[in-house]
Amino acid sequence: MSTIKIELRNEDVAKIKEICTSFKNDPQELINVLHSCQEHFGYLPAEVQEVVSGELGVPVAKVYGVVTFYSFFTMTPKGKHPISICLGTACYVRGAEKVLDEFKKELGLNVGQVTKDNKFSLSSLRCVGACGLAPVVLVGEKTYGRVAPDDVRNILKEYE
Amino acid sequence: METIKLTIDNKEVEVPNGTTIQKAAKKLGIDIPILCYMELKDMNIENKPGGCRICVVEVQKRRNLAPSCSTNCEEGMVVLTHTPRVLNARRTVMEFILSDHPKDCLVCAKSGNCELQSMAHRLGIRDIPGQEYAAMSTYRKDFSPSIIRDLDKCIMCRRCETMCNTVQTVGALSAVNRGFMAAVAPAFEQNLEFSTCTYCGQCVAVCPTGALTEVNHVPNVLRALADPTKTVIVQTAPAVRAALGEMFGMKPGTLVTGKMVTALRSLGFDYIFDTDFAADLTIMEEGTELLDRLNRHLKGDKTARMPILTSCCPGWVNFFEEYFPDLKEVPSTAKSPQQMFGAIAKTYFADKIKVDRKDLVVVSIMPCLAKKYECQREEFSTEGNRDVDFSISTRELGEFIKQANIDLNNLQEGEFDDPLGESTGAGVIFGTTGGVIEAAVRTAYELQTGKKLERLDFTELRGFEGVRSATIDFNGLPINIGIAHGLGNARKLLDDVRSGKSQFHAIEVMACPGGCIGGGGQPLHHGDSEIIKARAAAIYAEDKSKPIRKSHENPFIIKLYKEFLGKPNSEKAHHLLHTKYFDKKKKIIVKQ
Ligand code: SF4
Ligand code: SF4
Ligand code: SF4
Ligand code: FES
Ligand code: FES
Repeated sequence: MSTIKIELRNEDVAKIKEICTSFKNDPQELINVLHSCQEHFGYLPAEVQEVVSGELGVPVAKVYGVVTFYSFFTMTPKGKHPISICLGTACYVRGAEKVLDEFKKELGLNVGQVTKDNKFSLSSLRCVGACGLAPVVLVGEKTYGRVAPDDVRNILKEYE
Repeated sequence: METIKLTIDNKEVEVPNGTTIQKAAKKLGIDIPILCYMELKDMNIENKPGGCRICVVEVQKRRNLAPSCSTNCEEGMVVLTHTPRVLNARRTVMEFILSDHPKDCLVCAKSGNCELQSMAHRLGIRDIPGQEYAAMSTYRKDFSPSIIRDLDKCIMCRRCETMCNTVQTVGALSAVNRGFMAAVAPAFEQNLEFSTCTYCGQCVAVCPTGALTEVNHVPNVLRALADPTKTVIVQTAPAVRAALGEMFGMKPGTLVTGKMVTALRSLGFDYIFDTDFAADLTIMEEGTELLDRLNRHLKGDKTARMPILTSCCPGWVNFFEEYFPDLKEVPSTAKSPQQMFGAIAKTYFADKIKVDRKDLVVVSIMPCLAKKYECQREEFSTEGNRDVDFSISTRELGEFIKQANIDLNNLQEGEFDDPLGESTGAGVIFGTTGGVIEAAVRTAYELQTGKKLERLDFTELRGFEGVRSATIDFNGLPINIGIAHGLGNARKLLDDVRSGKSQFHAIEVMACPGGCIGGGGQPLHHGDSEIIKARAAAIYAEDKSKPIRKSHENPFIIKLYKEFLGKPNSEKAHHLLHTKYFDKKKKIIVKQ
C-alpha cells in the first residue's frame, strides 16, 4: 500500500470537524462522513481518516477498512479530468482491459495515479449500468461508449 | 425461560429460546464442525461472523443450507446435520478455502495445533481440485517485536478482530480491502509496530491458523546455552506452571512446577529461578508505594493521587501509554516482575557469583507476548545490555522441551535454586486475575495495621467477571479495590479515573482475559474457557500448598533488602526496581 503523505492545514482539520459535527459525531454515520469528506477534498488521504477516527471515536484501522472496502472511496487525489474505465463483466468481455492498457501507456500511469501536472488520473470501476455501450469510459462527468483502444488518443486530445 | 422443541438427526431436543442449532446439537452429543465461530463462555467473548459456512446443516422446508453457528432454533424445526448435500457443501467450502492457502504445513508454526489443518483432515480432504490454475493472494510478512503476521495463511475468520476491537478495545486490526485482497490489517496496512497494538497477543491466542504467531526466540536461547563463556539463568512466570502440562497431554489445571524445573535443568540452564520471587519483590515495592500514597492522601495531600494502578502487565502499560497518557502518573512506578528479576539478577546476583553482567544471560519463560517487547524497551538496558535478554512463551518452552526429546510426564520433581527461586503463595497468584491485588492486600494490611491477618483467602477478589470490586476492612479503614481483566474492561475503570468519578484506592489491571493464565503465549485454548478456569484453580491450589503465603515473609526477600536494597522504596530500590511511563500516543506514520 503506498500512501501519500500530506500535511493538513488548520482549516482542513476544522472542515473535517465541521462535517463530523453535522453528523453529530455518530460512529454509525462513518460512511456518510467519509462521503462528505471525499466530496470536499476529492479523496481521503490517511491524515483525513485519522482526524475522522478521532472525532467519531472509531479506530483508524476500522476507518481504513471502510475506505478500502467500498470502491467509491479513494485514497489517491483525482486529476482535473479523472478517467475511469469500467471493468464490469460486459465491458471486460468487450475488451475494456485493452482500453485501460492503452490509457496507461498514453499517460504513463497506473490505476490509482495522477499525472505530474495533476491533469489526469486513472481508475477502474465496477459496472456503471451502461452495459449496452460497453466498453464504457468516464472522463469527469462525460461518458464515452464502445471505446476501442484506437479511440484513446482522440479522447485525451479533447482535454488538451 | 421459554423453551423450544426441535429434532436434530431424528433426535428430539428441548433448548432455551435463542439457542443456535450448533449448540442444540452439542446437547445431543452431535459435534457439528465449526471454524470461524469461537466462544469463550463466562468471559462474554464471542466471534460469530457466520462467514466460513463449514457449519452448514439442512433445515427441512428451507431452500438453502443454514450456518448452524449463527442460526437460531425454532419450534418444530427438523434439522439434518450430515446429509450428502451437507457433506458436499462442507467439502466445497473447505476446498475453496484451501485453494487460496499455502501448503507448507511441514514448516508452519501452528502445524499440529492448527484448526484449519485438523478441519481438512476431519473432512477427509485429499486433493484440491483446480489448484494448479488458481492464483494465490499473497501478502508481505510483518515482523514486530512480539508477533509475526503472515496473512497468506489468513482465512478471514475475524477472530483476531473481535479480540482486538470488541474485547480489548484497542482497534489495531480491521478487515480491509475486499475480495481476493481482503485481509485483516492495521490502519493503512502498516506494520503492527506502527499501529496502536499493545502486544497483548490475544489475537495470536485465538487465530486458528498460522497467520498470527509469536516471534520465536528459542534459537537465541539455544545459542546462549551453547556458548561456554555465558552463564545462562532462567525465570519462570507463575502462569506457566499451570498450563505447560497441557502441551504434554496432561489435563488442564495440572501443576507441573517441579517437572518444569527438572526440564529446564536438563536443557542446560545454569540456575533455575522463579519470577514468583520477583512477584514478592513487586508486592514489597508496590505495596509500600500504595500505603505511602494512601496515607498522604488521607492526610489531605493533593499530590497523592488515588487510585493507584498496578503496573505488572506490560500489555496494560502499552495500553495506557497509548490511550491514557494524561494519566501516566497514576499507575505504580514499580516495574513488572519480569523486569525486577532482570534488574536484581544483573546486579545483586551477578555480583554474588562474580560474573560480569555481559556474560550473564537472563531468559524468562512467560505466558505473555508483550514481555518480548517489554524486555526490549530501552529503559530496561544498561549500556546496551538488557536486564532480560530473551523472553520466550509457554508455547515456545513446550516446543523446546519436545525438541530435546524430554517427556515432561516422566520427569522427577525438581527444586528452584537459591537465592532467586524462593517464593510465597502471594507470588504465585500473580498469574490470575485478582491475584496481584490479593497479594498486595495480604502485605499492605499487615504493614498498615501492624496486625496479623486472620484469613488469607480473599475470595471476594477472585472470579472471572470482567470488572469486579470489593471493599476490604483495614482495621476500621475501608479500602476500595477494583479489578479488571481484558483491556476493554480496564478502559471502563480508566474512563472513571479520568473523569474523577472513581472511588477506588487501588485497581488491578491485567490485559488478558483471565489474567496471565489466559495470556497470549499460553498453550492454545481453542475456545474452551474451562481450560482457563482449570488453570486458575491450579494457581490457587499452589498458593494454598505454600508454607509461606505473604510476600513480606519470604526469607530471601528479607535478606535481599538487608544485604542489598535497604528498605522498600529506598533510593537504590527506586533506581533498580521502578520505572517511568511515556506518552506513546501514535501520531500517524505513513511510510512511502
Ligand atoms: S496483540 Fe493485542 S492489541 Fe495487538 S493486534 Fe493483537 S489483540 Fe490487538
Ligand atoms: S489472522 Fe487469524 S484470527 Fe485473524 S482473521 Fe486471519 S485467520 Fe482469523
Ligand atoms: S495479562 Fe499477563 S499475559 Fe497478558 S499481557 Fe498482561 S502480563 Fe502478559
Ligand atoms: S459492465 Fe461496464 S457498464 Fe456494465
Ligand atoms: S463456523 Fe459457522 S459460519 Fe463459520
